[in-house]
Amino acid sequence: MKKSLLRRLARFLRPYGARLVLLVILMVASNLLALTAPMLSGWAVDAVGTEAGSVDFAGVLRNAGGMLACYACSSALNYIIASQLIKVGQGVSHDLRKAAFDRMSELPVEYFDTHPAGDLISRICYDVDTVNATISSDFLQLSTSALTVVGSFLMLLILSPWLTCVFFVTVPLSALLTRFQMKRIHPLFRLRSKELGALNGFAEERVGRQRAIRTYGVEAADLRQFEAYNDGASRAYYEADRASAALGPSVNFINNVSLAAISMFGALMYLNGALTLGSLSSFVLYSRKFSGPIREAANLLSELQASAAAAERVMDLLDEQPEAGDAPGAVPAEDLRGDITFDHVDFGYDPARPVLRDFTAHIPAGSLAAVVGPTGAGKTTLVSLLLRFYEPQGGSITIDGVPVGQYSRDGLRRRLALVLQDTWLFGGTIAENIAYGTEGATREQIVEAAKAARIHRFVNSLPEGYDTVLTDEGAGISKGQRQLLTIARCLLTDADIVILDEATSNVDTETEGEISLALENLRRGRTCFVIAHRLATIRNADCILVLDQGGVAECGTHETLLAEDGIYAKLYAAQWTDFTEI
Amino acid sequence: MKTALRYLRPFARRVCCGAAIKFTAAVLELVLPLLLAHIIDVCVPAGDLEAIWRTGGLMMVMACGAALCNVTANRMAAWVSMEVTRDLRGDLYSRVERLSCAQMDRFSISSLVSRLTNDTYHVHQMFDKVQRGGIRAPMLVLGGLVLTFFRAPALGLVQLVVCSLTFFTIWLVTRRGIPYYVKAQTAVDTVVRIIRENTSGVRVIKALACQERERARFQEANGDARLTEEAAGCVMAAANPITDFLLNSGLVLVVLAGAMLVNAGRMDVGQIVAFLSYFTLIQNATLGMAKIFVKISKGVASLRRIEEILQAPDDQLVRPSEERSEAELGMDDVSFSYLGVEKNLDSASFSLQKGEMLGILGPIGSGKTTLVSLLLRLYDADEGVVWVGGRDAASLSREDLRGRFGVVFQNEALLNDTIYENISFLRGLSREDVIAAAKTAQAWEFIETLPEGLDTRVDIRGANLSGGQRQRLLIARALAAKPGILVLDSADSALDYRTAAALYGAIHRDCPGVTLVVISERIASLREADRILVLEDGKITDQGSHSQLLARCARYRRMTELQMGGANG
Repeated sequence: MKKSLLRRLARFLRPYGARLVLLVILMVASNLLALTAPMLSGWAVDAVGTEAGSVDFAGVLRNAGGMLACYACSSALNYIIASQLIKVGQGVSHDLRKAAFDRMSELPVEYFDTHPAGDLISRICYDVDTVNATISSDFLQLSTSALTVVGSFLMLLILSPWLTCVFFVTVPLSALLTRFQMKRIHPLFRLRSKELGALNGFAEERVGRQRAIRTYGVEAADLRQFEAYNDGASRAYYEADRASAALGPSVNFINNVSLAAISMFGALMYLNGALTLGSLSSFVLYSRKFSGPIREAANLLSELQASAAAAERVMDLLDEQPEAGDAPGAVPAEDLRGDITFDHVDFGYDPARPVLRDFTAHIPAGSLAAVVGPTGAGKTTLVSLLLRFYEPQGGSITIDGVPVGQYSRDGLRRRLALVLQDTWLFGGTIAENIAYGTEGATREQIVEAAKAARIHRFVNSLPEGYDTVLTDEGAGISKGQRQLLTIARCLLTDADIVILDEATSNVDTETEGEISLALENLRRGRTCFVIAHRLATIRNADCILVLDQGGVAECGTHETLLAEDGIYAKLYAAQWTDFTEI
Repeated sequence: MKTALRYLRPFARRVCCGAAIKFTAAVLELVLPLLLAHIIDVCVPAGDLEAIWRTGGLMMVMACGAALCNVTANRMAAWVSMEVTRDLRGDLYSRVERLSCAQMDRFSISSLVSRLTNDTYHVHQMFDKVQRGGIRAPMLVLGGLVLTFFRAPALGLVQLVVCSLTFFTIWLVTRRGIPYYVKAQTAVDTVVRIIRENTSGVRVIKALACQERERARFQEANGDARLTEEAAGCVMAAANPITDFLLNSGLVLVVLAGAMLVNAGRMDVGQIVAFLSYFTLIQNATLGMAKIFVKISKGVASLRRIEEILQAPDDQLVRPSEERSEAELGMDDVSFSYLGVEKNLDSASFSLQKGEMLGILGPIGSGKTTLVSLLLRLYDADEGVVWVGGRDAASLSREDLRGRFGVVFQNEALLNDTIYENISFLRGLSREDVIAAAKTAQAWEFIETLPEGLDTRVDIRGANLSGGQRQRLLIARALAAKPGILVLDSADSALDYRTAAALYGAIHRDCPGVTLVVISERIASLREADRILVLEDGKITDQGSHSQLLARCARYRRMTELQMGGANG
């Protein structure tokens, strides 16, 4: 688990490998400089001498100048190293975020129905940031420490292999102790990342629902729920911190104990004549140099744990199964005629509860097909299946005789012009929102589409017209306006099949009448698939499919269906029934 | 910074206690090398075996003590940071709940989310790191300073100058870093926004095959986040090398000053040596300081962004008014504009008695939703008076005002929770009430068919329900607490006509005495209204009952004819 995590992170570090190696070399250089300075200072002290009045000022100045130069160079190097490491850290986080987002954009739509946006945000922002902190600051410290530790250990071995035996006991002991604690702590850090993700998920959802929360005056209850998540996240954070609080000090403890042991054993060895006093004092000095960096590094252990847990969460996201790729030899979907056949299609979001049962219908190329039926009858599901958001569990859907699964997914989607129930806008300008999905639309085309969709006047009333930037996915723009913007977007696309799912449900009748010409132009020569409740809008359809109980209950034109006096006739009549009579 | 102190104050005792323990640990660890020196310098030459054992044993005990102190202090620090952050986050959320809609629009949801999550996290890190690592290094530096002053005041003076210069530089760099981090956090807002948009718009994005474009959009924000963070990091990266250099050049100065003092016969060269070795030791402790500075600037930057929300002025205060009106709902010459450019509602006046029904009809952008938002006082009218329950809406407390309403907004999304919770909506209503509301809202028939009924979980944004099912759940929510005033803003747009008719019939039957406000594009939904407002460009062009309007309002007549499709209504 751990190893694979490191190996997988290594993939992201590899592009910066050369730079990291160079940085390690620079670190060695800077350390050497830092070591030269005390030597120079020794010479400077020698030049001072012991007698008053006999100080060799030239020597002192020369060596002091050398010291200054050494320190200046070392500091300059350190700055270069630190800033370069920050760039590497940022580069790696940038690549991690990119990889995470790229994967996210390949995930099937169901993923987003069950995974809160806040949790994704938490993974892509917080978790990546945690990994970044390790790379850009801990890496420097760990590498420098490693250099010093290795260097001083060699010196220790040379000075007295016997006395070094103390470290042969204590170093593995601290390694074992650390390993033991890490095992216990790791799940706590994982929990901490997870709880933070849950808190973010909650906050993201609820901040977006504030209008309703206020209107119902349930702020207090909402706050209580938030506090529960807040408590959970804070507690998990604390528990991980608490458990890892012992990590650094316990390593230090062993470290200090070994210092004490060395001084005692060393003293004994000296008394037995196995060691000179000079060697003993050098040994002690080096062992301090040896243990110093270890104590600083030990304090980083808990952060490394946090990073590992965070990295895991990012990797989990990268591991999610993307939408199935295109079948080998996928048809690119160009110039579709638009002959759509649903052949005995079975489908349910939850297979135990089928929405469509043995659904069969044929929509000839170039015709206008309308789908009506009670809410929840599966009308939008048909659109989702056509768009290949889901795969049918039985039967097949073909366009021009080719099963939809054999078209390239994006190729097929590009041949469809859509107005979905989902009237999504993003935080760009109005012009960008209208041109979304159409490469290289000119401003004239955009304005023309907006005029045809009767939204031009509204756009012009905004302070910056088409360049007005929408915030919060178009907060303050009414559903009707959204639908018109989406219709304008749809008018711009050059597609073979037009799908309108409740495209004008929030548009007033007058405006609807005004844009009907534009929609008619859009429909001309294309297969058109319309879902609508206001039956007046679909009276001229070539074929009206009435959905009920997951299948086609009735099928025909407006006139024939009225004559049949079935479900359609009832739905139609309901438009003018006085509801107080029901 | 003031905010940080305010939140720390309740834990002042613990913070000080923790600092004292941390201090003790540091002292113990500082004494260890001294004992070591004692063994080598004193005990060993004297061959005093017993003293060696004694001192060695003491060292072990002290090592033990230091470890215990450190663990305790770290835990206390972790506890305080947790408590402080939790309080801060809770207060922030509660302040977000009290922001007015206008303020929410200005801050934007993404930014609020990012402040609640990322920024509070950075603040947490700051509190934690400062408490844990912020004691030892400054203590060592100051302690070293004091010691040198005792031994060699002249050299101490040199060091004092150098140290104050160092602290000044740190302060300068940290302060300079803060605005960079504010910028970096703002760049993160954009990243958050695009992730949010991509989760909520996943169907549209995929349907338009725009994933590539979204990736490019994210890349832009991602690159921006990288650059701003890099800029901030590079500013902060200067702190350590500069302080290192300053402290080290202090050593050079000490050598020079020492040389002169020795030359003048006022100092022993041994003192210089002792001083140099001592200060090298101290410098090691400053190694980890750079990271603390980064955490501080990052934390302070985040704290500022949080303060911006916490200190946002309270608007929409309650303005006491003795004026009364006969109307349950009404407006007197109300005008309002969102952006101050064009009037979104222009001198609107109407009045409605208790138990009556108001219909609102008008083309897109004519101000229907604006009118409702003003009734709920989501925004304050620029001019005129809004009447609710016979009183000026601005004179009612939030609870008093909004407790009267049940509202279905357009564009409202469900919660990722059970159906029961979506209807009860945090009000803890009984299951009977919820079921009754679901029945009136025509939602019960489909809820009943679900395997887990009321306890079925609703996916995010209600993705596992059809548009009409979602709408009916929202209507049930509005009805569940039996409000005096029910507002349905385009709540029937995804309902077929039969269901819609059944719904309105049920409301009339099950909610006697309710004052009903309906916005709809469908004449069929409005024509029972006692009063229908016909809106155009923010103005009420006509108002009256269905038959009155049919008789005198050409526009209304035309709409009716269009919708009835020529059939006689």
